[in-house]
Amino acid sequence: MGHSHAPKKKGFLMDYLTTVDHKKIGILYFVAGGIFFLMGGLEALLMRIQLIVPNNTFLNGATFNEMMTMHGTTMIFLAAMPIIFALMNAIVPLQIGARDVAFPFVNSLGFWLFFFGGVLVNCGWFLGGSPDAGWTSYPPLSTSFSGFGIDFYALGLQIAGLGTLIGGINFLATIINMRAPGMTFMRMPMFTWASFVTSALILFAFPAITVGLVLLSFDRLFSANFFNVANGGNEVIYQHLFWIFGHPEVYILILPVFGIISEVISTFSKKRLFGYSSMVFATVLIGFLGFMVWAHHMFTVGMGPVANALFGIATMLIAIPTGIKIFNWLFTMWGGQIRFTTANLWAVGFIPTFVIGGMTGVMLAAPAADYQYHDTYFVVAHFHYVIVGGMVFGLFAGLYYWWPKMFGRMLNEALGKWNFWFFFIGFHLTFFPQHFLGLMGMQRRIFTFLPNQGLDFGNMISTIGAFGMTIGTIIFLINIAVTNSKPKKAPADPWDGRTLEWAIPSPPPEYNFKQTPQVRGYDALWVEKMAGNKGMTPAEPLGHIHMPSGSILPFIMSVGLFIAAFGLMYEKVSVAIIGALITLLCMLLRSLIDDPGYHVDPTEDKGVEA
Amino acid sequence: MSANHALHTELPAEPEKATLEGRNKILGFWLFLGGECVLFGSLFATFIALRDKANGGPTGVELFSLPLVALATILLLTSSLTSVMSILAMHKKNVSQMVVWLVITALLGLGFLGLEIYEFTEYVHEGHSLTSSAFGSAFYTLVGFHGAHVAFGLLWLFALLATTGKKGLTVVTAPKYFVFSLYWHFVDLVWVFIFTVVYLMGKVGI
Repeated sequence: MGHSHAPKKKGFLMDYLTTVDHKKIGILYFVAGGIFFLMGGLEALLMRIQLIVPNNTFLNGATFNEMMTMHGTTMIFLAAMPIIFALMNAIVPLQIGARDVAFPFVNSLGFWLFFFGGVLVNCGWFLGGSPDAGWTSYPPLSTSFSGFGIDFYALGLQIAGLGTLIGGINFLATIINMRAPGMTFMRMPMFTWASFVTSALILFAFPAITVGLVLLSFDRLFSANFFNVANGGNEVIYQHLFWIFGHPEVYILILPVFGIISEVISTFSKKRLFGYSSMVFATVLIGFLGFMVWAHHMFTVGMGPVANALFGIATMLIAIPTGIKIFNWLFTMWGGQIRFTTANLWAVGFIPTFVIGGMTGVMLAAPAADYQYHDTYFVVAHFHYVIVGGMVFGLFAGLYYWWPKMFGRMLNEALGKWNFWFFFIGFHLTFFPQHFLGLMGMQRRIFTFLPNQGLDFGNMISTIGAFGMTIGTIIFLINIAVTNSKPKKAPADPWDGRTLEWAIPSPPPEYNFKQTPQVRGYDALWVEKMAGNKGMTPAEPLGHIHMPSGSILPFIMSVGLFIAAFGLMYEKVSVAIIGALITLLCMLLRSLIDDPGYHVDPTEDKGVEA
Repeated sequence: MSANHALHTELPAEPEKATLEGRNKILGFWLFLGGECVLFGSLFATFIALRDKANGGPTGVELFSLPLVALATILLLTSSLTSVMSILAMHKKNVSQMVVWLVITALLGLGFLGLEIYEFTEYVHEGHSLTSSAFGSAFYTLVGFHGAHVAFGLLWLFALLATTGKKGLTVVTAPKYFVFSLYWHFVDLVWVFIFTVVYLMGKVGI
């Protein structure tokens, strides 16, 4: 490690434990996020089985609470965020013509912090009870009426959140500082733009939940009084802190997907994205407004009519930039040569589904009406339409689109279409009836219901739909297995792409670009194609490329915090100190030992093999 | 050190910004400080919401001793000045002068931290603790977070000083000193707000 010539070839495991290559870290994020996605999905399925008939006894109330909490927590923090980071890692540096991210070491640290945080949250299953106070974990439920599980939630999310925060900083610095010559801000692909705004949201939103979780942990571990009303505390502070993070979080999730949809629809319509600059404007505006609306989650807390009205109006304003995006996608398709590949099916399926979720969002934004909808299945239906029908559809679109670039193999299109239709129909079967269940008075988070209240049929349909989504997901797993058994021979540009990532081989060599490309317009590769050029014009002569060395320190640092969290939970101060010292020592080592990196000669064939 | 003298003459005017790595580091650190603003903003908001909930225990008016806090403020703000002096010395490529200013910065920071520890132990004796009231929880969390930042900054500074002799001033080490001074300024800036919101407003009881 740390010599100026190419390092020894490492074993598979050590390679991935020590990698600082954004493409491999992207794969790590995808695999870890995918496993958590399956766990969260399993939890959802178990809940739907419990709710298939009234008075069911498949799960008891306590277990249902754990399932419900872990489903939400896992899906938001441990599945959705990392899969977004997987695509950002795999694609953003390629789209801006960079050889790596700004901080490769920090990138690796971000992944391992997320991973060990996620494992910690899930440790509750084996160590005396999972978190069971909902993914929001409001006090006093989470302080006075919940068991040990909440400690796993608070400390696990704290560690995972740190990883996400430094990941966000990394992508901001990368996009600002590492763009290829000619890649001005207004020539950046939409996915890069969306990742940029999302990273800014991460930077300014995550510290709020850091504080919220710190206060919660202090109350639980050290008997502080933030939320203890008897000693002067105030629980509403937690709700504010949680949603000051929590609402930007939903835009953190959806904005990169807006970027993916823009890329996919533009590529498969063979047209420049309609209204590119208005798309950029809308993305930034959504990011900005996302910070102004958090209290619409708290209309029934009793903030008063003025606050409720202001937050309601601000919320409705977000429909404007979102509407701009929807129309831009439609106009991009208008008159285009549309190809219904699997990726494009997901993207086209996304549009009406997301619009439904957006419409119910505007309904919920009216405070007076929200008093009726609050804490019912109407809310459950709404946020699953935007998060599953919006984000997960978009992630599938992105995965089918970029799979060849990430793994060097094309996913099977026939299986892909089965995957889409099972998931799409299953999704609508699951969540469309929940709107009506909610309006008929079914509360969210209940573990069972009584017969003959008009809720039986809707719940039955909903559970059947959940099985449809499960089958769709299983077909996706089969597709991955089938694809992996085929040789690695995806072409560099399988979709007739428009952006820089399609100018280099699939998967790219470890240094990405042999020569940094000169960018001459929006849709950089398409500009060259239209000019009759074979690929990009280089902006620099061929030469040795400097690469950073891999390091095991990020892994050990994350293990240190993992150990420290256990020490805090079990009130073993010595263990907590040892864990913290491991992390601090790794930081010291990183500071003391300068990494000279090594050089790759891109003209030598062996240099291409990473 | 002597081996580096030749290098010093070759160092560019602002060695911390000479390489892309250096520029990345500085930009990334500014962004990090943006996140830190939200962190302390949230802690301040919590403190303001809970500052008059002393739960029958001692209040700010009774507890705070302004001469002590003023002394701590003077120490910390002066250390901000000396950290600027160290960066000015760095720009003049005068390593020994830079080290002297950094050592003074560390001593002032240690003095501040000592006063804070003394202050906290006094308060605990007077019945004002993390568990005594919501005011106590909010006070120790906000001021303690700041104190932890100072303590971490000191550890960081010691690690930097320990390697200065061996590594000298290069385009690799220059961003580290620069970024540290950014951090130190930020920590001082937070203290200005703590001094105002916690101590001054707490002492006059508004």
